[in-house]
Amino acid sequence: MLLVPCPHCGPRNAADLRYVGETTARPDPTAVEPEAWRGYLYLRDNPAGRLTEMWYCRSGCRRYFTLERDTVTNEFDNSPLPFPKGSRS
Amino acid sequence: MTRMKKPARYSAAGLIKRGITGESWPRAWRDHELRSSYDVVIIGAGVHGLAAAYYLAANHGITNVAVLDKGYVGGGGSGRNTAIVRSNYLTPEGVAFYDRSLDLYNTMAADLNINVMFSERGHLTLAHTDGALRTMRWRAEVNKLQGIDSSVIGPDEIKALTPSLDTSPNTRYPILGALYHPPGGTIRHDAVNWGYARAADALGVQIHQNTEVTDIIVRGGDGGDRGDGSGGGDAKGPGGRVTGVRTTRGDIATPIVLNATAGWASLIAAMAGVRLPITTHPLQAAVTEPVKVFLPTVVVSGSLHVYVSQTDRGELVFGASVDPFATYDMRGSLDFTEELAGHVLELMPGISRMRLLRQWAGLCDMTPDYSPVMGFTPVEGFLCDVGWGTYGFKAGPVSGEQMAECIATGATPKLIAPFSLDRFAAGRLVGEKGAAAVGH
Ligand SMILES: Cc1cc2nc3c(=O)[nH]c(=O)nc-3n(C[C@H](O)[C@H](O)[C@H](O)COP(=O)(O)OP(=O)(O)OC[C@H]3O[C@@H](n4cnc5c(N)ncnc54)[C@H](O)[C@@H]3O)c2cc1C
Ligand SMILES: [Zn+2]
Repeated sequence: MLLVPCPHCGPRNAADLRYVGETTARPDPTAVEPEAWRGYLYLRDNPAGRLTEMWYCRSGCRRYFTLERDTVTNEFDNSPLPFPKGSRS
Repeated sequence: MTRMKKPARYSAAGLIKRGITGESWPRAWRDHELRSSYDVVIIGAGVHGLAAAYYLAANHGITNVAVLDKGYVGGGGSGRNTAIVRSNYLTPEGVAFYDRSLDLYNTMAADLNINVMFSERGHLTLAHTDGALRTMRWRAEVNKLQGIDSSVIGPDEIKALTPSLDTSPNTRYPILGALYHPPGGTIRHDAVNWGYARAADALGVQIHQNTEVTDIIVRGGDGGDRGDGSGGGDAKGPGGRVTGVRTTRGDIATPIVLNATAGWASLIAAMAGVRLPITTHPLQAAVTEPVKVFLPTVVVSGSLHVYVSQTDRGELVFGASVDPFATYDMRGSLDFTEELAGHVLELMPGISRMRLLRQWAGLCDMTPDYSPVMGFTPVEGFLCDVGWGTYGFKAGPVSGEQMAECIATGATPKLIAPFSLDRFAAGRLVGEKGAAAVGH
């Protein structure tokens, strides 16, 4: 079990949330080439260590937010970032 | 395919002789000093890396090959999976590919001189909704067109095949039908891994356990496409050429590196400056105490997120879908066992008194379309055989065979062309989710 620190509801079991995944910078849809757009859609860093990721609190506050977590220890950073630069929230 | 000659052959006569004399079997593969250069370096001693090494030596005569693993042979997914083998996939590309693997499994015991306990006991994928039944019909038709034994059957036939399933209409998720695939079954995963390791070793391939790759040396690249300075370094990335690898036991010069590290694939690719469409999720499995054999087929339920088979020793082996978030941590969870038990009892209420003995997890390299990533990358000499998700054990033999051909000939074989890395940039995905999300 993973306790996810929702910035609005406090710690909740990961099963109460939906994992959206690694945040990646979204290119400008009006200017981007299809290849770069697909890179944004599919390619991931998938690091072993610190990851900025998005969650959706589906059975709590029903909000999207980003958190930082270490993917090896599963420890969350204490200071959640509600809306980081470059991600669509 | 050439048969192995060198080490002590496994045989009934040898077993009886050693039973009487107490003489022990020789080690299945040897330890070596690391050479300063190899023609091919394969990272990952799972079934994929070992099979590729074996077929390089057996089919193409390339034996100056090292297989490096940071742990031990089969310590990754290849020794942790639930060993289900089948070819009833959803796309023509997938069906043709996995069916070739079944062919290789069929002759493997003789080819590798090891008992892999391949049991073609039949494979049932249950449908509990109209939507699921429609997908089964679709799969059956795709399968039949390719000459695969696969059909949709109704509850009565299911009951006749597998009496312990509750096929009555009065359950919470009534069983409406199933995709039945008689050639599907199970295999002994350890024997397959060890068989390839032993046969590759006999042909001159060097297997190096406890040898972690810490970097890949690339010259002439554009600096990697990560853009955040964290990966690569200046000479890595697209346009570059591999010249060697760094390991915890020293540097090795090599023109060819094959990434066969499954759950760790993104980390190895980043060392060459290549980004992959992969996210690492753990998949858990569990096993019960042994009881008399009562479950003749493999049973999968996508709607209930569970599958089960019975081993020759009598244990029930269960699996489910991957844990719902990315991590490199292989700890098991109570969430998993609780949900698993509930869903298994929906299918087989009769086993409610059985006890779970163990649970474990392995890392799975999930791709967006549930198909693998195989072949060349934008870095010359850096090849991938990854993206095996929760379904890659069965693909070990065919992947090894095809990747060996890819390396030996420098051209992508037809069977794996649909799975190239550039399909993502081109938007040519090979969607297998409907056939691979739970039924591994
Ligand atoms: C619980 C579970 C059940 C499954 N059930 C099935 C099933 O029923 N049927 C099926 O077909 N598939 C199944 N799978 C999937 C299957 O196990 C994998 O897809 C397959 O084993 C991958 O094999 P591989 O050789 O590519 O990688 P692995 O066997 O994972 O080997 C990768 C190796 O790379 C090594 N490595 C990593 N980093 C480094 C480094 N830096 N340096 C050196 N070595 C490194 C690791 O130590 C590891 O040994 C299951 C998986 C799990 C976890
Ligand atoms: Zn919340």
